[in-house]
Amino acid sequence: MAPNMNPRKVPIPEQKPDERVKNFNEVTLGYTPGQAQEEALRCLQCKTRPCVAGCPVNVKIPEFIKKVSEGDFEEAYGILVSENCLPAICGRVCPQETQCEALCVRSKKGEPVGIGRLERFVADYAMEKMPEQVPEIKKNGIRVAVAGSGPAGLTCAGELARLGYDVTIFEALHALGGVLMYGIPEFRLPKKLVEKEIAGALKLGVRIEKNVIVGKSITVDELLQGGFKAVFIGCGAGLPSFLKIEGENLNGVYSANEFLTRVNLMKAYDFPRSPTPVKMGKKVAVIGGGNVAMDAARTAKRLGADEVYIVYRRSEKELPARLEEIHHAKEEGIILKLLAAPVKILGENGWVTGMECVEMELGEPDASGRRRPIEKKESNFVFPVETVIIAIGGTPNPLIRQTTPGLQVQKWGGIVVDEATMKTSKENVYAGGDIVTGAATVILAMGAGKKAARAIHEALNTKIPA
Amino acid sequence: MYPILSKQKLSNHVEEITVRAPYVARRCEPGQFIILRVDDEGERIPFTIAECDAEQGTVSIIYQVVGYTTRKLSEKKAGDTISDFVGPLGKPAELHHHERVVGVGGGVGAAPLYPQLKKLSEMGVEVDLILGARNKDLVILEDKFRTFCKNIYITTDDGSYGMKGLVTDKLKELIEKGVKYDEVIAIGPLVMMKFVSLLTKQYGIKTSVSLNPVMIDGTGMCGGCRVTVGGETKFVCVDGPDFDGHRVDYDELMRRQGMYKTEESHACRIGLRH
Repeated sequence: MAPNMNPRKVPIPEQKPDERVKNFNEVTLGYTPGQAQEEALRCLQCKTRPCVAGCPVNVKIPEFIKKVSEGDFEEAYGILVSENCLPAICGRVCPQETQCEALCVRSKKGEPVGIGRLERFVADYAMEKMPEQVPEIKKNGIRVAVAGSGPAGLTCAGELARLGYDVTIFEALHALGGVLMYGIPEFRLPKKLVEKEIAGALKLGVRIEKNVIVGKSITVDELLQGGFKAVFIGCGAGLPSFLKIEGENLNGVYSANEFLTRVNLMKAYDFPRSPTPVKMGKKVAVIGGGNVAMDAARTAKRLGADEVYIVYRRSEKELPARLEEIHHAKEEGIILKLLAAPVKILGENGWVTGMECVEMELGEPDASGRRRPIEKKESNFVFPVETVIIAIGGTPNPLIRQTTPGLQVQKWGGIVVDEATMKTSKENVYAGGDIVTGAATVILAMGAGKKAARAIHEALNTKIPA
Repeated sequence: MYPILSKQKLSNHVEEITVRAPYVARRCEPGQFIILRVDDEGERIPFTIAECDAEQGTVSIIYQVVGYTTRKLSEKKAGDTISDFVGPLGKPAELHHHERVVGVGGGVGAAPLYPQLKKLSEMGVEVDLILGARNKDLVILEDKFRTFCKNIYITTDDGSYGMKGLVTDKLKELIEKGVKYDEVIAIGPLVMMKFVSLLTKQYGIKTSVSLNPVMIDGTGMCGGCRVTVGGETKFVCVDGPDFDGHRVDYDELMRRQGMYKTEESHACRIGLRH
């Protein structure tokens, strides 16, 4: 069939903003088969395939899209999962605009091919329509431990299981998925879908030990002594940073981690049917400008807040959140308070009543390449809020580095690895994801998990047994 | 799933359960705690470990039935299971080779106090105990403490058992009488730990307390349990739960503990450790 030369992507159906702020259902509804085929025909099947290099797990993008255009969704799914074990998740949360889609040749004149939307369509189709298949795998009897069941750990475990290893995942929480379960909200990533996709990806006989904290319940050394030939550490960067300003321990101040964990993992939005509560004021300030800040702000709105502010110290151009999320947030009435930084949280009787901020202006670019925010003298202003959510990022939990002698870490706590193999300074120990890079994306963590799995395979497979 | 191996009523409102949880049992030390979720719809609630047996892979916790989770726990029998049971969490208590220490336990706080005093006694420290409760029914573990404590003093608010009055009255009396304690370990309601700390500060006696804020994950990833200690923010779940009693901002912590009061009474549910 001739390619579809429309410069714009086939629009994706969405819930209307005024309806969706009243529920936690998914905002984006996904393509119909017809829409998917129409969009797939926008792919020129170019020989250079730059999109593939933009994907951290190197999905064979033109191949799977070709199958979509032909209406062979099952075949498309097979191609997709040969490289990516969590396509329904990636299709929803990857920042395609800076990865695969950024390199699409169609973006030179118009919009790139909607690769993420097509990936999502195929994964959803498969989940709904295709019988589950468990491929036969020849086990090699070699045991590998994976600490953490976030995107990095899941991918590493899945890849190794496919290669025949006996993999055990150790997870500290009562649910698998890491940030996919406790961080990203239901309205962006439905938890039922996450559970199902993870269960499918681990069908290859991965053992799960929930409620086990590596570094506390068991150490990395104990794992190695206990018969695991390699350990992959994918424990993320879950320790929340606070602002260290006055009033931060007032009632009504949350870290985004706590707020989102209560709402997503513990389903506080369903209180009292779910016994975990959450407190939500009518006016809410979210500090920070990343995806987590957008998630927290949009969640606050859904919990009934009237006015929700994103307070960010740079300008809109520098907001680190995905464009789509900023767009959705604005549609839902989230107010951006830009070039402002909090200096003090105000309270009465122990509860938050307001926030004192200072105006900022942008100076010269700093080490990160973004223009440095500078405080404007005597520009302090106060605005009333009842809830403050701090979403300024996090650092790795110190439990593992404190209990693993010989593991080299950065000053900020990140584990030092060889970038080609994800190997740490400690023999047979690998690491990847946010615990190496600091807070990044789901797909980068998956890429690291995949790379580590291959390196572990190479290292263990070439070793001559004693 | 974590099977309940045995269950025992310590009084009308206080129960002890022993759970098979080998990962917790193999490493746990006095002062540490666990977080459990009764069932798949449950909340995550912390409980201090009262006893554990590494060889048997068992862990015991003691609780007073006061809210949603403890009520659900009290409905369970030996042979039933608990969905989630994770630990050991927190830092072990720092126990020193002192000459003489007094433990002050308030209500169910006696349960977390027990393993600390027992260990001290095993280390050769002379241990006294002041056990306080609202009434006789809430005085627990007395017999177990008797096996190693040199002196045991009991106080009840209503005078139904032991001396009528507060643990601080008894502690003050002992100190004034000239009993020399190298350290006071106080575990119980926040207000009790606050007043014990205020008292011992006057006499310059080192005091350790075990804090019990609202928690979610218990692994340091949310900061819900934060507390100001010596002017610095600490996470109780990873930096504690034991702290220098003279440096804790109790008023802030009590305020934070009451954050979900409305919600708790709304559904007769509570988010605190009992």
